[in-house]
Amino acid sequence: MEPLLAILVGAMTAAAIYLMLDRNLLRFLFGLILISNAANLTIFAAGRLTPGKPPLVPEGADAPLSLVANALPQALVLTAIVIGFGLFAFALVLALRAYEALGTLDTTEMRLAEPREDRDAP
Amino acid sequence: MATNDTTGTRAFSAAGILPCAISLALFVWFAGFLPEIARGEVLRFSVPWVPSLGVSLSFLLDGLGLTFALLITGIGFLVMLYSARYLIGHVHHARFSLYLTSFMLAMLGLVLADNLLVLFVFWELTTFTSYLLIGFAHSSAESRRSALQAMLVTASGGLAMLAGFILIGTVAGTFELSEIRAMGGVLRDSPMYLAILILILAGAFTKSAQVPFHFWLPNAMAAPTPVSAYLHSATMVKGGVYLLARMHPSLSGTDVWLWTLGIFGAVTAVFASVVSLRQTDLKQALAYTTLMALGTLTLFLSAPGSYAITAMATFLVVHSFYKAALFLAVGCIDHQTGTRNADVLGGLWRPMPVTAFAAGLAALSMAGVPPFLGFIAKELLYKGALETSTAILIVTAAFAASAMMFAVAGIVAFRPFWGSGKRMDPSRPVLGEAPWPMVAGPLLLGIAGIVFGLAPEPLQSHVVTPIVASLLGDPAQAEPLLLWTGVNTALILSLLTFATGIGLYALHLRIRAGLARFSEVAPDSDVGWDRFLAGFVRLANWQTDILQSGVMRRYLMTIFGVLAAGLVFGMALSFPDLSQVALPDLLPKHWAVFLMTLIATGLVAATRSRITAIAGLGVVGIGVAMVFILFSAPDVAITQLLVETLIVVLFAVAALRLPNLPRRTEVKSRPGDFVFAVFVGTMIAIVLMSASSGPIDLRLSEFFEIASWPEAFGRNIVNVILVDFRALDTFGEVAVVAVAALSAVALLRQRPRKGPRA
Amino acid sequence: MKSIILIAGTRLLVALLLVFSVYMLWRGHNEPGGGFIGGLIGATGFVLYAIACGTQATREALRIRPEIIAMVGLGLSLGAGLIAGLFGDDFLTGQWLFIGGSKEEGGFPLSTVLMFDVGVYGVVMGSVLAIVLALEEEEED
Repeated sequence: MEPLLAILVGAMTAAAIYLMLDRNLLRFLFGLILISNAANLTIFAAGRLTPGKPPLVPEGADAPLSLVANALPQALVLTAIVIGFGLFAFALVLALRAYEALGTLDTTEMRLAEPREDRDAP
Repeated sequence: MATNDTTGTRAFSAAGILPCAISLALFVWFAGFLPEIARGEVLRFSVPWVPSLGVSLSFLLDGLGLTFALLITGIGFLVMLYSARYLIGHVHHARFSLYLTSFMLAMLGLVLADNLLVLFVFWELTTFTSYLLIGFAHSSAESRRSALQAMLVTASGGLAMLAGFILIGTVAGTFELSEIRAMGGVLRDSPMYLAILILILAGAFTKSAQVPFHFWLPNAMAAPTPVSAYLHSATMVKGGVYLLARMHPSLSGTDVWLWTLGIFGAVTAVFASVVSLRQTDLKQALAYTTLMALGTLTLFLSAPGSYAITAMATFLVVHSFYKAALFLAVGCIDHQTGTRNADVLGGLWRPMPVTAFAAGLAALSMAGVPPFLGFIAKELLYKGALETSTAILIVTAAFAASAMMFAVAGIVAFRPFWGSGKRMDPSRPVLGEAPWPMVAGPLLLGIAGIVFGLAPEPLQSHVVTPIVASLLGDPAQAEPLLLWTGVNTALILSLLTFATGIGLYALHLRIRAGLARFSEVAPDSDVGWDRFLAGFVRLANWQTDILQSGVMRRYLMTIFGVLAAGLVFGMALSFPDLSQVALPDLLPKHWAVFLMTLIATGLVAATRSRITAIAGLGVVGIGVAMVFILFSAPDVAITQLLVETLIVVLFAVAALRLPNLPRRTEVKSRPGDFVFAVFVGTMIAIVLMSASSGPIDLRLSEFFEIASWPEAFGRNIVNVILVDFRALDTFGEVAVVAVAALSAVALLRQRPRKGPRA
Repeated sequence: MKSIILIAGTRLLVALLLVFSVYMLWRGHNEPGGGFIGGLIGATGFVLYAIACGTQATREALRIRPEIIAMVGLGLSLGAGLIAGLFGDDFLTGQWLFIGGSKEEGGFPLSTVLMFDVGVYGVVMGSVLAIVLALEEEEED
């Protein structure tokens, strides 16, 4: 499944970059979610895929009796998902506030609306 | 000011007395070391600071360090006594005292540090505190400009010096000066020698205001007079000289050292003494003679001979005495008459006899008249100059500088007191003698000049010989300090100096007029500085406009562009071997997950409807979760599903308040972005494909598997990694989540500016 | 749009989700689960409650402000790390106490590791709820 996953990650990254380069802030946020997912999958796949063997130590044993899935990338991905959520929530709130203050979701217009005015003011 | 005396307000305040007490106590304490140092002992004190980098907070007390420490605390005491009266009633008197005391302590640290990095820290502290002192009159734009200029020039030199220190540390393997001084041979033979020398000299020359970095020093006269007397005569500017002297054992003795210091010192000395002749402001004239003295000290550090170093040590002390005395005396004149203009002042010996006496003594020492200490120093300078291999350069420079210094001594200290008083402004009466704390300093320092001239032995044994020992490693190299050495070349040169000096003094008004005409056409490095600074600001604006365009697309393009470039570069080095990649054991469920996620991804990228996009993202999230389920990551899958749910909830709440996406007809198509995105995506796919098919190092994972239950008492290895083995990472991560949440809440709570902005 | 059935059903569901979240937290060390998952489940429960009954009711049901829950959680995690210092171990080294028998005898385990995970639970639940509730309140006014 690794090569298939690699293609999927490539496609998700491409879509994410395309979305993030959009001037619309909402599409940027879509891209942000996609790229977090792509990054998580990358870490996960780089640690190899093992079907049907969760990394648990069975009762009565000191260590897994047979080969189990790589636990390290799982731990990394688990926290990355939660952090990604925090980042996304903050970005969403920021976009919301920016829209309320500036009346646009277009990043180029936002730029024209904000600093120019301050700079011109003596 | 004078009203304070008559109305009987307090003569002193705590803000004035405390610094005096500190400096006097330190002076007495350091003076207690004199016998030990005179016996040739060297004291060292060290505590570890950053042991992993080999940096320890170490201090060294030898002849050179102790002399500087005594000058700093002794003159510091007199200057603080002076300012206690000079600034009484000033709104910011306490602030001034704090700055001045901090400066004194920083300076002490600088001259006592044994570790190069510690020295650097104190070096920059003196820069910083002197910035505050020069800019003390912060309401004046001129003052602020001078302060900034002094800081930028000396701090940038200091940074160069730091680079030099690090090179020394690399070559010598230690940052301790006491060890480096024995490694002169290693340093001089190192291929880094030239780089080290240039960097160190950049620091020393900017701090000691050698031409062409001299322009900040006269501008620094914007500081209150006691500051000028202290920083710009006795202490800070001598920091550069101190550094050169400290480095003398390890770096001197090469032709580069000889000629660089010789030429810079000579040019500075001659240039400064010529310019000082044309000043009408007494303080400016003194500032330029300080430059001249710094040039002379540098000049004599260039030469290796014992006379040159003895001369340097003696002149260092003499100059501190008379220059501080004269600065303080000029401050008294300014305080009592309201002017520092040499063309106006005259006949002040009548109303101010004590100041006149003090200034007269100091000026005679400066002019090098026997039996003052200045004379001994000048004789030694000539002897030192004659013995060097570059005698012509040094003798010429020393002669020109001494003669002109003689003339300037007359202009600064003779004419205002004993010259004609007819030019004085009659509407502004002279207020008589300045209060005693202000006169005490110049008087003591002036008397020191003659006492040590008549009886140089204590100075010789406790100060000059230990300095020579510090520099040359052998106290026997110190030449004697003598008033009379018989009729020799040096004496003849001295007599010639007096004759030339008297002539220059007699003609100085005419010379000044000539110089004024010349300086109108001569290049001015102060103007050059302004141009440089303006150009620098333009450069900064230009690069900021490029780097910080404010266009989000450009930032992202940069980020992804660098990512792509890195991947291309890596592949160019070794293209991944994809022949190992195979598609084994693909079940229908794998294809189903793959296709579902792929289609949803494409949908999100293509759709112009936000509902469709959010739904598509949900499908992508579930697809990713299914990958986690299929490949044995139940914890991750549960987390992913829960987070997906919450993302949809957030979108549902927030997206309703945002406008829908613009329609396809309203936006320009972006084929370039598309190609770029597909390119980066392809790169990532290739990299991941090769990364997940090659060999993998599983040692860490195996450790976790084995240790999870026996050591951490947990059967869920993922959870054990999170909360036990790598708990510190997890702690950082949850802290980030909490901060992100608090920031978002704060942002929401803040009321936005309502209504359209236009 | 307040439906009695929805509200009543939600209350039951929220109670179940909360119990389930604590269960997931507790079993996390040996089975899939843990502080992250537990916290997210707990948060989901209250988010559901907020959708059904409004944010004001949710805040009352919570009693404590979610920001405080997050901060207390962070403090618990930090405290769990500092306790190791009392026993002369490095920061965040797990400390275990088995009540009523050793680990092999099936003693009841109490540990700073569990305390740390409870802290994670608090941070995740508090943070998510803080954002969601603040966003929804924004909606209401």
